Amino acid sequence: MIDLQTSSPDAFLSVRDLRIHFDTDDGLVRSVDGVSFDLQKGKTLGIVGESGSGKSVTSLGIMGLHRSKRARITGEIWLDGEDLIAAGPERVRQLRGRRMAMIFQDPLTAMHPYYTVGQQIVEAYRVHHPEVKKKDARKRAVEMLDRVGIPQPDRRVDDYPHQFSGGMRQRAMIAMSLVNDPSLLIADEPTTALDVTVQAQILDLIRDLQQEFGSAVIIITHDLGVVAELADDILVMYGGKCVERGPAATLFQAPEHPYTWGLLGSMPRLDRELQDRLIPVKGTPPSLINVPSGCAFHPRCPYAELTGGRSSTEVPVLAEAAERHHAACHLPAADRHRIFADEIAPRL
Amino acid sequence: MTDSSTAAIPAPAPAADREPLLKVTALAKHFPITKGVLRRQTGAVRAVDGIDFTVNPGETLGVVGESGCGKSTMGRLVTRLAEPTGGKIEFEGTDITHLSTGAMRPLRKDIQMIFQDPYSSLNPRHTVGTIVGAPFRLQKVQTEHGVKRAVQDLLELCGLSPEHYNRYPHEFSGGQRQRIGIARALALKPKMIVADEPVSALDVSIQAQVVNLLDDLQSELGLTYLIIAHDLSVVRHVSDRVAVMYLGKIVEIADRDSLYKAPMHPYTTALMSAVPVPDPGRKERRERILLTGDVPSPINPPSGCRFRTRCWKAQDVCSTQEPPLVAAKVGHQVACHFPENPVLV
Amino acid sequence: MFAYIIRRILAAVVLLLVVSAITFGIFFLLPSLAGETTDQLAAQYVGKNPSPEAIAAVKQNLGFDQPLYVQYGRFLKALVSGAEYKFGPDPVSCHVPCFGYSFKNHVEVWPEISSRIPVTFSLAVGASVIWLISGVSTGVVSALKPKSIFDRLSMGIALAGVSSPVFFTGALLLLAFHFKWPLFENVEYVNFTDDPFAWAGHLVLPWVSLAFLYSALYARLTRAGMLETMSEDYIRTARAKGLAERKVVVRHGLRSALTPIITIFGMDLGLLLGGALITEQVFSLKGIGAYAVAAIGENDLPKVLGVTLVAAFFIVACNLLVDLLYAAVDPRVRLS
Repeated sequence: MIDLQTSSPDAFLSVRDLRIHFDTDDGLVRSVDGVSFDLQKGKTLGIVGESGSGKSVTSLGIMGLHRSKRARITGEIWLDGEDLIAAGPERVRQLRGRRMAMIFQDPLTAMHPYYTVGQQIVEAYRVHHPEVKKKDARKRAVEMLDRVGIPQPDRRVDDYPHQFSGGMRQRAMIAMSLVNDPSLLIADEPTTALDVTVQAQILDLIRDLQQEFGSAVIIITHDLGVVAELADDILVMYGGKCVERGPAATLFQAPEHPYTWGLLGSMPRLDRELQDRLIPVKGTPPSLINVPSGCAFHPRCPYAELTGGRSSTEVPVLAEAAERHHAACHLPAADRHRIFADEIAPRL
Repeated sequence: MTDSSTAAIPAPAPAADREPLLKVTALAKHFPITKGVLRRQTGAVRAVDGIDFTVNPGETLGVVGESGCGKSTMGRLVTRLAEPTGGKIEFEGTDITHLSTGAMRPLRKDIQMIFQDPYSSLNPRHTVGTIVGAPFRLQKVQTEHGVKRAVQDLLELCGLSPEHYNRYPHEFSGGQRQRIGIARALALKPKMIVADEPVSALDVSIQAQVVNLLDDLQSELGLTYLIIAHDLSVVRHVSDRVAVMYLGKIVEIADRDSLYKAPMHPYTTALMSAVPVPDPGRKERRERILLTGDVPSPINPPSGCRFRTRCWKAQDVCSTQEPPLVAAKVGHQVACHFPENPVLV
Repeated sequence: MFAYIIRRILAAVVLLLVVSAITFGIFFLLPSLAGETTDQLAAQYVGKNPSPEAIAAVKQNLGFDQPLYVQYGRFLKALVSGAEYKFGPDPVSCHVPCFGYSFKNHVEVWPEISSRIPVTFSLAVGASVIWLISGVSTGVVSALKPKSIFDRLSMGIALAGVSSPVFFTGALLLLAFHFKWPLFENVEYVNFTDDPFAWAGHLVLPWVSLAFLYSALYARLTRAGMLETMSEDYIRTARAKGLAERKVVVRHGLRSALTPIITIFGMDLGLLLGGALITEQVFSLKGIGAYAVAAIGENDLPKVLGVTLVAAFFIVACNLLVDLLYAAVDPRVRLS
């Protein structure tokens, strides 16, 4: 587990014990409940989880986009030596779109229908470069559209979002987010709304641009395949908490947490022999108002009884299971490795 | 997942010796496009543009393709929720292509549909009991122990509790709602179920539950499925045979193993190579075929082979001659002039 | 875009024709359905104790004996080219646009209506400017700070406004600001071109009482629209760019939230231009609404028909304007 630090950490982005809670009429919603991670420039972190796991709330928290008075945000978010939570909303606004940018799931609803693609990119550029003339900003927009692979960018710049295809729209969205050379790019389900061949194009584009600009990337998705394509490190979220975190290679080869096993077992996979049957996780994801006691996953965990009751009483902490690989599970590491090797791996 | 449960799944029947349950010939659906002051028809969106296939009793035909390929329109045509522009649909030998709503009603018992969105396909003002029991009332079907009992049996069959009878859809999670939708579809013991993206709106762990449920119901009730989906891995898992659609045409249709082990149409190959898999090592090892550009408009589809504008193997003949869908080997039809993995004779 | 405009205009013309045909049909069919014969109808125009010959002559001259569609055709023809009626000793002429001739009062309908249009127009436009500014701004501020004191207070007032009919607020205002504390002069219509200040000064009270009701409606509508818009994905995108909140609200939020308001505003304004019945009555303004009320009271069919058609025209025209405005605002309408 990462300790809380008061000084700025070495990593380019360092999130420490981030908690984002919302006051609602039904009770306190603990959307994010103590998440910590580090990310270096030029690296990609994949955050994986199902709906309601807190993955999107985390990313919006980093961007400072939770404006509701009902949101209670605590912890630390260090971006390049500056704590965003301490910095205050106006400072975060200045950083937003310039040092850190975001692309969203559905590029059709994420762009304003009444403004041309060019106008929206120009606006994103001139917020942080007010001295630049409109004409030059437009040139920059055309340049960016060209860079993300939009044909005839000088003509398409005057089109409205609805005149673009889904893939083109997501490219335009990427152009808009990268117009100020941000050092952190957050992509929230960037390909979920796209077709598989277009998804492949967009993932390639994100990878290329990252290599070119050397920025840090966070990709948020429910699709383990997508993170495997892009991410160096992976963080698995469940019920607002990080249940497993580690390098992509080891996380897929030797996953430590029963929830990660469940996700892998639920997926039909094209790269393996056909499974007779998928191995679903029983039950449904937890309510964030009444998060199960102890380990949030215990009601769905097939191995909960092996913990001798601890799973329902004690919240497990992230513990190192292998090099740079952490998991929050009460099962002793040796038992987990045995279960994975004997029961899980042969069926994946 | 013991061996016995897999054995219970009926093996796909050989197509030759049984009459197909559903037979579709040259099926087409064109949506007119109008222009100008007088709204003259200037063209048509050829959503489905002449497709042939059959579905045999007890088997699952999966249909894959990207958005705009016409797969959903095809589903609405065979369930007669949309009126075909041309072609023929036969169900158990009966021509149902242009049956009126009234004439279709008795057949609605046999063909049911499951929809993608478990949130919008259930009326929020009705209880689960009303929703699942509606088919009994609409078709005036008598049940042995009353409608309530029948509905509760259905709920149980679909992995829900009989106590859910008086609850409303908003009290359920996405996966449970999809189970309610399935229970409703099963109410009248249909012969065939057309499912349009039945799991794509669900979380990964829930997807697997619903896929397994569909599997179990098929073996238990001897159902025939036509499953439309964009996810190639899901389709592979559930289907006996798979059809690949592109711009309103079937470009390849084959037995599952044949298709996934040795796809013959370049589009199928590209589609499969684009699917991301949870194996970080693979991205270095494999050669990915990256298609450029978008799917062309179905208003003016390319001449000849519709895939030629994005195909790396395209030659002159591809723009002049439309490749027919022909059998390349047993149980494998492909519409391509230069197929991949050709059979060496 | 051009085709869109032409199509909308054609549709509006067709709609007007249909509306006029239906109105005409109702006014000339209803009496006969109620058992009134054409003789009785004609008798209304002849004076007391008419001779059967006089009735027959009137019936023939005014065309009551002809089928309805012929009468409607004559009506349309009169509208565009005027008409002459053989009625009484001298033929009377009805000038273009002939919206009918009141045989009871021996006047042409159109000059009477047209002289009243400025009154109703001033009333409607003045009030609508007030309610647009006050209603929309209240709605926006409420939506930006939902559940704040301002929001609760203004929505409370809005509820009171929605439930206060004009005859109540109007009478109250008159009582308070004219009789008790004579802040405003008596309500009457002064020509705008004669004295703009007097024009406004004399109309403040009816404007305010009419605008109060509509402000309340618009505040609630704007609040709802704004709340919905501010939760759209593209607002999140605008914030993610680092835009200042004021720009997010004005440039991205307001523009979308106002589009549905345009539609409703077009309908409301169109309705009011056809006569603000109650307001005109309360403040004794000689507008189109008051004219309609009087015409109905006198059972003077040509007048009623004329005023109904004028009202319909305003509604159709305002809706046409809304359609065109929509295309200007929303590129998806313009380009599809």
